[in-house]
Amino acid sequence: MKEYVYDSVYLRSKDFEEGNVLFETWDPNARYAWDAGVAIGRYLQGLKAGQLIGRHCPECDRVLIPPRMFCETCFRPTDRWVELEDTGAIITFSRCYVTWDMIRITDPQIPAVIEIDGASPGMGIMHMLSEVDPDEVQIGMRVQAVWKPAAERIGAITDIAYFKPL
Amino acid sequence: MSGNRVAVVGAGMTKFVRRAQETAKELAWEATHLALESCDMTLDDIDAVIIGTAPDAFDAVHMKSEYLSDGCGGWGKPVIRGYVGGGTGVFAPIQGWYHVASGLFDTVLVVCEEKMSSCQPHPQGAFLTIFDHTTERPLEPNLLWIFALEMNAYMNRYGLDKRDIATVAVKNKRNAADHPAALLGDANITLEDILNTEVLAWPVQRGDVSPVTDGAVALVMSAEHVARRVTNKPVWVEGVGWTLDTAYWTNRDLSYPVYVEEAARMAYKMAGITEPRQQIHIAEPYDPFDYKELHHLEGLMLFDKGEAPRAAADGVTQRDGDLPVCPSGGLLGVGNPIAAAGLMKVAEIFWQLRGEAGARQVPGSPKRGLAQAWGDLMQVGTVIVMGV
Amino acid sequence: MSLLHRIEHPRDALAWEGDMPTLGRYTAGIAGEKFFRAIQEHGQFLGTVCPICEIVYVPPRLYCEQCFEHLDEWIEISPIGWVHTFTLVHLDLDGNPLPEPLPLAFIQLDGADGGLVHFLDEIDPEQIFVGMPVEAVFKDPAERKGSILDIAYFRPV
Repeated sequence: MKEYVYDSVYLRSKDFEEGNVLFETWDPNARYAWDAGVAIGRYLQGLKAGQLIGRHCPECDRVLIPPRMFCETCFRPTDRWVELEDTGAIITFSRCYVTWDMIRITDPQIPAVIEIDGASPGMGIMHMLSEVDPDEVQIGMRVQAVWKPAAERIGAITDIAYFKPL
Repeated sequence: MSGNRVAVVGAGMTKFVRRAQETAKELAWEATHLALESCDMTLDDIDAVIIGTAPDAFDAVHMKSEYLSDGCGGWGKPVIRGYVGGGTGVFAPIQGWYHVASGLFDTVLVVCEEKMSSCQPHPQGAFLTIFDHTTERPLEPNLLWIFALEMNAYMNRYGLDKRDIATVAVKNKRNAADHPAALLGDANITLEDILNTEVLAWPVQRGDVSPVTDGAVALVMSAEHVARRVTNKPVWVEGVGWTLDTAYWTNRDLSYPVYVEEAARMAYKMAGITEPRQQIHIAEPYDPFDYKELHHLEGLMLFDKGEAPRAAADGVTQRDGDLPVCPSGGLLGVGNPIAAAGLMKVAEIFWQLRGEAGARQVPGSPKRGLAQAWGDLMQVGTVIVMGV
Repeated sequence: MSLLHRIEHPRDALAWEGDMPTLGRYTAGIAGEKFFRAIQEHGQFLGTVCPICEIVYVPPRLYCEQCFEHLDEWIEISPIGWVHTFTLVHLDLDGNPLPEPLPLAFIQLDGADGGLVHFLDEIDPEQIFVGMPVEAVFKDPAERKGSILDIAYFRPV
């Protein structure tokens, strides 16, 4: 089947850097303002107040976080807000040694999915871990949110600075 | 099987390269031109065109398939674009199937193209929008996190270590050494080579990841009366399936791809497959990361949950094993131009079932194979079963 | 905030701002490389010919979109053409008025089945008409970079 593979032309990084090949660039200036919406708007207000909140689905009787105005499983409106704990258990985690554009970093970031106490089983959110030896982190480990001081909170997921082991 | 019978009758592709000089539409033409040549057809024989290509932001061209359309043979024809993220490369031939199975068209082109090198400084800049803009992006995530988190959940559930998983990368990069289009083929790579690559986001290391790639792949699909006329080796589409899981990825069981199972059940039912482990002879599951091949083999019900790593270690998934998996070399070896990578897998099944895979040919004249891809917000499964 | 909460002004709505950090980098391509190099090095337009469909592509293409054949017959194209259609641009991309209206035209090149979108200059905008013969004015060779902007503008012949 070799005859069905076209001999496309391969370029190296230096072909661009040294001007061996013609190219144009364009910055799309892709800046956005994403509306928080009803459920996440309230979630952000809760974060500013130092509180994690979820929504209850009357059909499957689950408490959902991140909160949503409808349950995507049952396709029914959710019916009430539920105040949750700021503690939980690690569902999974990583130790990351590169930035998004693949530049090395020395001290690893530790992203994790954390199942939040007071929400239904499996209901997790993504956040960061700190105040922990990266090699000591384990799935199932109990953790608690470390909140920024109230004056610094702006209604954002980063109002929780990170989670640390309980 | 519902609808009219549909066969794949031709295939062509570009080399998969890190940075192509060709424009995206020139890449699409190279693949499409060869696909037509492979079955002695011209554009006059084509009734409609299906274009699969991932986010506009990769190529920084909005309405990307309209831009690509002349290179895909779309001039003056009905053209449709399908897009389900990484799942696109298998979804596009599914669309090709129903365009023809419906009776609306006799012969269609299915073309998938990606030029990821257009996206600077790194395609992650566009990929990052997979994370929720309000509840996740402020944490300044790296796309690798989502795979690292899933891989760790999978390893933890079944008590696996890196060795159990890196065998997949070794197998696929070795297989790719026999693929004339491959970017990362290496006949001599070892397990230690993979395990010694730099850690990116533990447990993901460099060797576990498929590369950023440019490339295009095209298929010609025909109704039975045309297929019988143009070739004595049609490869029939026997079943198709696709499903989506919830977009709330932090609410899912990350250790098992239930969306792949549901897509496979749909495809198997259509194909009349009741015992996939006996009835599927060759598989091309989606392998952008080595653990994903194992994850998907379990979702496809070709191995019990947590059992795919042991089968891989035992050689079952080697080209000469009981169930050859990714004999092409997969995304890990041939490369990962997103949509084109998935269609490369379908093309591989086509060549393998026709006995035309050259040095990659699996022994024993396989009669039925499947290709599967995964994508969207990491929650779509797309499956196609083909047979001779 | 409840479902019935009314927002009186957009600034009262909670929104999170962010971006998509991408920069598009476009190669000229196989045919484009040859086209722009000819402009840069020789101040010359090239086209490709499809002998089957009798089409002269400018800008040149690697393949004929109608019959899908590979095109490898290159010919020189005259820098002279005519205004197929034009507009006078009064606003910049942000909607601010321009000091002078900017004439922009699609110029059909003689001997080609296509042409270029470019600026017109050395003309009173009131005098532009469809069908007007124009020619390309190239930048000084030292300033050319292999870009569409190596053509400074088109002017009346």
